[in-house]
Amino acid sequence: MSKILIIAEHDGDTLNPGTAKAVSCAKAITESAGGDIDILVLGDNIADVASQAAAIDGVATVHATSAAHLAAPLAANWAAEIAAAAEGYSHVLAPSSTFGKDVLPRAAALLGVNMVSDIASVDGERSFKRPVYAGNAIAEVSVPDGDTVVATARTASWPAATEGGNATINERPAETEDAGHTRYVGLESGGGDRPDLQTARIVLSGGRAFGSAENFEQLYTVADKLKAGVGASRAAVDAGYVPNDMQVGQTGKIIAPELYMAFGISGAIQHITGIKDAGTIVAVNKDADAPIFEIADIGLVADLFKVLPELEQQLG
Amino acid sequence: MKILVGIKRVVDYNVRVRVRSDGSGVETDGVKMSINPFDEIALEEALRIKEAGNAEEVIVASIGDAACEQQLRTGLAMGADRAIRVDHTGLLQPLSVAKAFLGLAEREEPGLVILGKQAIDDDNNQTGQMLAALWGRPQATFASKIVLDGGSATVTREVDAGLETIAVDLPAVITTDLRLNEPRFVKLPDIMKAKRKPLDVVPIDDLGAKRDELAGHDLAYGSFAPPPKRERGIMVEDTAALVAELKNRGLL
Repeated sequence: MSKILIIAEHDGDTLNPGTAKAVSCAKAITESAGGDIDILVLGDNIADVASQAAAIDGVATVHATSAAHLAAPLAANWAAEIAAAAEGYSHVLAPSSTFGKDVLPRAAALLGVNMVSDIASVDGERSFKRPVYAGNAIAEVSVPDGDTVVATARTASWPAATEGGNATINERPAETEDAGHTRYVGLESGGGDRPDLQTARIVLSGGRAFGSAENFEQLYTVADKLKAGVGASRAAVDAGYVPNDMQVGQTGKIIAPELYMAFGISGAIQHITGIKDAGTIVAVNKDADAPIFEIADIGLVADLFKVLPELEQQLG
Repeated sequence: MKILVGIKRVVDYNVRVRVRSDGSGVETDGVKMSINPFDEIALEEALRIKEAGNAEEVIVASIGDAACEQQLRTGLAMGADRAIRVDHTGLLQPLSVAKAFLGLAEREEPGLVILGKQAIDDDNNQTGQMLAALWGRPQATFASKIVLDGGSATVTREVDAGLETIAVDLPAVITTDLRLNEPRFVKLPDIMKAKRKPLDVVPIDDLGAKRDELAGHDLAYGSFAPPPKRERGIMVEDTAALVAELKNRGLL
């Protein structure tokens, strides 16, 4: 029997969908082993978030802990509270977002256990599969008996659990105090209307073939019509056409949009590892021998400077 | 202030990684090995902090057998003052690595420990956070900007929601994201100079990272498999055919 505690990700008002994805991973564990799924909501004045968590199907109890020092998700304070709340639980899960990756390893170390990052599938109560080498290999991993299973659920691998639950909400007092050495300053949310690369349904990316930052504008125009995120290859970043944070690839962002369209990208291994979980990959390249055509679902051998204006026109 | 930087020897990011046919792991024989790219960014940042006059010494440390001295020498050639190799054969999981670095931190008493946010082999993204927990010090992960201000650091973190800024008292553990800087190229004369810089070897058991303390907590890795293969798809003739195909598949 598993007793699973999921750490809620939220911004103080709204529950992040990553939480419901972790619930799906937890359901796969309880399906094999039986057991309960609870959620821990930490923060300050989080009654709204707690009721959103309680509405997720399959959740038994939501523990809600409000304290001033937990207002921002500072790992130093949250991990201590998570470690305290983990008492009696066989599993502690969080989404594999930057939030989960920041907080959970700190909690695992406080519990004295190793941690499983990025669970992609569940083989048993303590056995999982996870990608390594940027998804170039899938490893089987299991947690030793007696250790709390502390893990992040890979958000690209799990659907969000549906609503329809009616969990009990338990007001749980904080057991820890402010660590004092870490202070929250603020959050500047991602710029503009263009969707974030990691969550966008469609992503358009450009490579060195664009030749200049000005030419890259043509990609933005088409992307805005499609409400798409915009990425770039390392070569385009190195050439200075776009900033680093747009880089898609092993050392850049690893993304899994429904539709990925690569313009003037040759398909270096580094880039391919960043997009291998995309639903449909489209490649547009002048060079018919470009390696990206080997993995593209739809390929078009053509000059991107001809294709982009045509696309813009045909998308109305 | 001293800055301690962790360096991991990993398969170079440009290598096409292949799973061994017996599933025992990925092929590393005869494969080019390099400094983990995020650790290179960590070292670059430490060097810039020193060059700005905010640190006196940069120490690079790695855990492994003699082979990882190659990456430590590269770190020295980039500009680190000295290197420490924590002697250990075989793979270590993040909790053990964090324990060994805790030992180094207690020995060297750095004002900052800077590590890459993750290694590009196991992709765990855990060691910095675990070290900060064991050390009882602040952490700032995914750093894209670090501003030192006396006894504290203001760190901009690249999180899913945007750019988060936190302030941490020193000593602290910072892990680096891609945007923090661009590592410098190593010049030949610096490689020659690096050969004369000190490189100490410390047995891992001297760092309170004794394997028996952690025995039983290692995750068991079973077999490795290649990911499902993406097959070559169809080719279309022109933009109109591309748009038609995408509409046909319900993607537009």
